[in-house]
Amino acid sequence: MVSEEICDILKSEFGDAVVGSVMDARRPYVVIAADRWAEVAAFLRDDSRMQMNMLQCLTALDLLEDNKLAAVYDLFSFPVTSAEEVPLLRHHFAVRVEVNRDDPHIPTVSHVWPTADWHEREAYDMMGIVFDGHPELTRILCPDDWIGFPLRKDYEYPVDYHGIPGTTEHQLTNPRH
Amino acid sequence: MAETVIETQPDLHFDVDPSQQGDLRTEEMLVNMGPQHPATHGVLRVVLRTDGELVLESVPHVGYLHRCAEKIGENLQPYQYIPYTDRMDYLAGMNNNQAFAIAIEELAGIEVPERAKYIRVIFAELNRIASHLVAFGTYGLDMGAFTPFLYSFREREMILDLFESACGARLTYSYITVGGVHEEMPDSFLDVLHEFLDYFEPKIDEYNQLLSYNHIFVKRTANVGVISAADAIAWGLTGPCIRGSGVRWDLRKSTPYEIYDRFDFGVPIGHPGGTEGIPNAVVVGDCWSRYFVRVCEMQESCRIIRQAMAQIPEGEFTAAKVKNIKLPDDEVYVEIENPRGQLGFYVRGDGSAIPARVKARGPSFCNISILNHIGRGCLLADIPAIIGSVDIVMGEVDR
Repeated sequence: MVSEEICDILKSEFGDAVVGSVMDARRPYVVIAADRWAEVAAFLRDDSRMQMNMLQCLTALDLLEDNKLAAVYDLFSFPVTSAEEVPLLRHHFAVRVEVNRDDPHIPTVSHVWPTADWHEREAYDMMGIVFDGHPELTRILCPDDWIGFPLRKDYEYPVDYHGIPGTTEHQLTNPRH
Repeated sequence: MAETVIETQPDLHFDVDPSQQGDLRTEEMLVNMGPQHPATHGVLRVVLRTDGELVLESVPHVGYLHRCAEKIGENLQPYQYIPYTDRMDYLAGMNNNQAFAIAIEELAGIEVPERAKYIRVIFAELNRIASHLVAFGTYGLDMGAFTPFLYSFREREMILDLFESACGARLTYSYITVGGVHEEMPDSFLDVLHEFLDYFEPKIDEYNQLLSYNHIFVKRTANVGVISAADAIAWGLTGPCIRGSGVRWDLRKSTPYEIYDRFDFGVPIGHPGGTEGIPNAVVVGDCWSRYFVRVCEMQESCRIIRQAMAQIPEGEFTAAKVKNIKLPDDEVYVEIENPRGQLGFYVRGDGSAIPARVKARGPSFCNISILNHIGRGCLLADIPAIIGSVDIVMGEVDR
């Protein structure tokens, strides 16, 4: 099933929850409204036409020029029953959820795809997106007392962390981002 | 291969139900395993909540090796970033180089010469063997068998010598790069490789006799840490972990990248005990199945390398222009089959030569996240067996 068909089904099922779609790109995706995302995610997993039971990757993006943060979900359908055969029903699909940079809240989908648990923690840790309803939204890669979200484009490098120098004089005078 | 018959043993894996413990007063204890524990394969810290020998909860804590690899990717040109991909999964540097190179080539529309594709496949498969040899040897160590470790590192040393002859490095190669490979193979490389494969292939049977069917090893790993196929998919497990659960899924076969569609090879999966010479105690999805999938994969990699050596054409080893490539304002997400599973790179360009975003989806990161789910209710001694069978590399979990 190609992305256009999935996009049409989503539009007919959820109407204005689909706030945008980019279908002519190298990697097509739809943009889903943040407040409807958990509902759409459950539909994507459970509907017999979709069966997207695998969340391959969750990428957090900083769209500084639009004052937005985005989470990109790469989904894949992977029939559970046919263990012996290479699955016949298999399609990739990408969903993007965009939120305002000043108040980034996205509902969690860790109950839909358990693998989202750690991915959402990573997105929170690195980009500061808050996943509402997540069972334990704590930092995963950085220490718990780390300040700021390192992958944001306007992140300021720490000068010092518990006595460890965080940046060199050269970097301070020659910032690259 | 001689099959060892394992008598049925009483099932030690019972559900933990505190109400059934009667008057026996037990006390829960928190055990901090790691981050410097030898059985955690790097700097993984697992907090175990135990009740006697039973594990009630095993929560992995990661991040000790976090080096901001993704942030660095936003500051360097793709060919400069290749050495950083080595250091993610440092046991499979070639495969990591390959994944990032393919992502950039797809984004920028770079055509890779035929010969370079074959060289890449040969090196990627050799690295897969080398990585599985480490997994095999150290898993034996975890289970108290020291000898297989020496055997597997002896063979791995030969692969590292081959890599050294080609690119000068023994661990972090940066050999596969954007547009092809960094250098042409040395003149006698394929002859030496032939000799190595002739020597190595019979060794796999030796490994099976030495460890796979060993009575103690089977008892430690069979029917331990069982992951169902549905769980494996829901938790995003890939590679030998999902194949051990009986799902025949390998990106080299299902969505072939590079030139994998030109080779004839099998995809080993976990089989129930009693079939195909597999010990009776084994169930699909247990530690032994995941381990054995790796051993079988080494054989298949040898087959791929032999076919690639027979087909390799003459020609260029790299595309003409690989530096200062303008990345279009677009995004790609590419996954390849790493020894540990599906390694994905999400790359977003913004019209300049430096990517706007690089995200690595490490297979170990997803694979180890299931630990608490399967580690519940097992014995304390099973935890190293489970961690070892998942085969994580912390450099890639933490990036």
